[in-house]
Amino acid sequence: MRFTWFHRLGSPPYIYGLARRLTPWFAWSAALLIAGGVWGGLVLAPPDYQQGDGFRIIYVHAPSAWLSLMVYTSMAVAAAVGLIWRIKVAHALAASCAPIGASFTVAALVTGSLWGQPMWGTYWQWDPRLTSELVLLFLYLGYMGLRAGIEDTQRADRASAVLAVVGVVNVPIIHYSVTWWNSLHQAPSVMRLAKPTMAASMLVPLLVMFLGFTLLFLALVLVRLRAEILARERSSSWIREALGA
Amino acid sequence: MNSAPAVIDPFAVGAPEAEVGALAAAALALARDLKLAFRRPAQLLQPLAFFALVTMLFPLSISPELSQLRLVAPGALWAAALLASLLALEFLFRDDAQDGTLEQYALSGQSLTALLFAKTAAHWLLTGLPLALMAPIAALALGAPTSALPGIIAAVGLGSVTLSLIGAIGAALTLGIRRSGVLLSLLTLPLSLPVLIFGARATQVAISGGAIIAPLELLAAMAVFGVTLAPLAAAAAVRISLE
Amino acid sequence: MPVRSLEAENLHLWRGERHVLRGVAFALGAGECLAVTGANGAGKTTLLRTLAGLMYPEGGHVRWAGADVRADLRAYQGSLAYLGHEPPLKADLTARENLHYWIGVRRRVSPAALGAALARVGVEALAERLVRTLSAGQRRRVALAALALCVVPLWLLDEPATNLDADGQRLVGGLIAEQLARGGLAVAAIHHSLALPAGQVRQLELAA
Repeated sequence: MRFTWFHRLGSPPYIYGLARRLTPWFAWSAALLIAGGVWGGLVLAPPDYQQGDGFRIIYVHAPSAWLSLMVYTSMAVAAAVGLIWRIKVAHALAASCAPIGASFTVAALVTGSLWGQPMWGTYWQWDPRLTSELVLLFLYLGYMGLRAGIEDTQRADRASAVLAVVGVVNVPIIHYSVTWWNSLHQAPSVMRLAKPTMAASMLVPLLVMFLGFTLLFLALVLVRLRAEILARERSSSWIREALGA
Repeated sequence: MNSAPAVIDPFAVGAPEAEVGALAAAALALARDLKLAFRRPAQLLQPLAFFALVTMLFPLSISPELSQLRLVAPGALWAAALLASLLALEFLFRDDAQDGTLEQYALSGQSLTALLFAKTAAHWLLTGLPLALMAPIAALALGAPTSALPGIIAAVGLGSVTLSLIGAIGAALTLGIRRSGVLLSLLTLPLSLPVLIFGARATQVAISGGAIIAPLELLAAMAVFGVTLAPLAAAAAVRISLE
Repeated sequence: MPVRSLEAENLHLWRGERHVLRGVAFALGAGECLAVTGANGAGKTTLLRTLAGLMYPEGGHVRWAGADVRADLRAYQGSLAYLGHEPPLKADLTARENLHYWIGVRRRVSPAALGAALARVGVEALAERLVRTLSAGQRRRVALAALALCVVPLWLLDEPATNLDADGQRLVGGLIAEQLARGGLAVAAIHHSLALPAGQVRQLELAA
């Protein structure tokens, strides 16, 4: 079943134009929300009775971690769409997601490590969440490595799409395994603050940051998507018109 | 009553006896791979030698005390098994892709998934199973008690099935990429972590003498999951490499 | 007897940025052979692989007996034989073993039939020799023996006479003639002309 909107979304010139128009909206709203969230998290929220001010890094750590996973899932979905229906724009979208998702993963790992220092006294613990994030980073690196290793763009698209789908199926399995492994050995407990007991003044900035980061991702992916489309369609006539105009 | 002579279609596959079902075709693919492997027996020993070598690294770098080695034995054993099976993946699809055999499989009219499953099964028989039989020797060398050995064979046997299946996906994805050894490892290792975790756990339980059935069941479940999905993904990847 | 025909309808295919197949079209009926010619890089191999269903055209269709081959690709591929540039032979197996495993996954062949096919192409003396010890021309003949065993309606041949002497080229022509006489079809990418009666051969020239 094909709808007209589906067909249009598959057209590179249309997507290019759409991305160009939407990017400023996402970028500005992301900037506003992140600024608001940072202010709320650093200033408005009271210090945690257990961790003092150290917990505030959660305002960057938690959204980064959540986004690293969300981006991988989006990447896998886009790749699957491209694989099944042979839509090149979907593959371009998946390719655009990967470096952004990897960056969020690195941010989550770095902020998690920085959080660890005041909490446990060490910069690293084999905490199940951090370990899962590390594995996710390797999944991203593998995806990007496979893309880089295949010269033919179309084949790189399709092979990395298979990898992304296999990866996304494995992510819950890996997460479960790592959590179970960690529970066996009673490692120091995680850095999550029990959500129900979080005061509203702590929670609201966190939700604002989640939303802000999501919009940031959307803005970034659209910028990358335009660059990807430019690179892939560089010999098409519509590109010359779009750039010349 | 019908007096007109029947027109015989020369391309009719002939008597139904000439038809080859998916199972027979898969069995033939398996037989070919086994026969080819035994024509070059030296190649079969290489992953095993590597396994022994990696196992040896641990006492040399940690301590010769068996009591200390026993603590790291599960991890050391599985790290060595994982690396050895990664190396052995070179032999799975590479030759067939280069000489066009894989292409003929894709064009044979048979299920490529079934044929690739047969190839992966042959690969396991030639590398995973020997690894499982060698694992007890390595385990003894790392201080495991003899009571642990049956459990260790079972754990490595089951785990290596999943490792071969996951490796088949990675090997299929990296076909045709020059010098893809490191990339293959980079792709396959993260996906193999659950096998490592539960396999090492099973080995640990075997060494300490506990009930090994639970971790073995998990390993078996992973193998079943792998058998149903991995050949499909590998077939998709092979078709992509043929495009 | 089922109607057999192969049609290519406005095939377009890009490899990266190169527009390799630009609106290739032809119709081939039973008993006909299509000789595909063109300079190196013109897309002969690409066309054959697209006809075999290995490559996916961005535009156009390939039809077998009127139906798009994509509808039931596996059945279509079961009714064709594809011979690429390099004969898919395992160096560590004998000629006979190679044929046994190659054809055996498609249809059962008796050892007698294998022997007859090897004799047909003139290499029955090499049947028990490892392919590793055979010359390029001999390997090509073994591959042609596999072709002789493949009694299927469509043959897709990529430069079938490579590495063959004049006698070998006549052999290729003879095999294709037999295929056409049976009512089959053949598409062959060639450099020289095929030794076939002009009435049976259509030409398709691919421009680079």
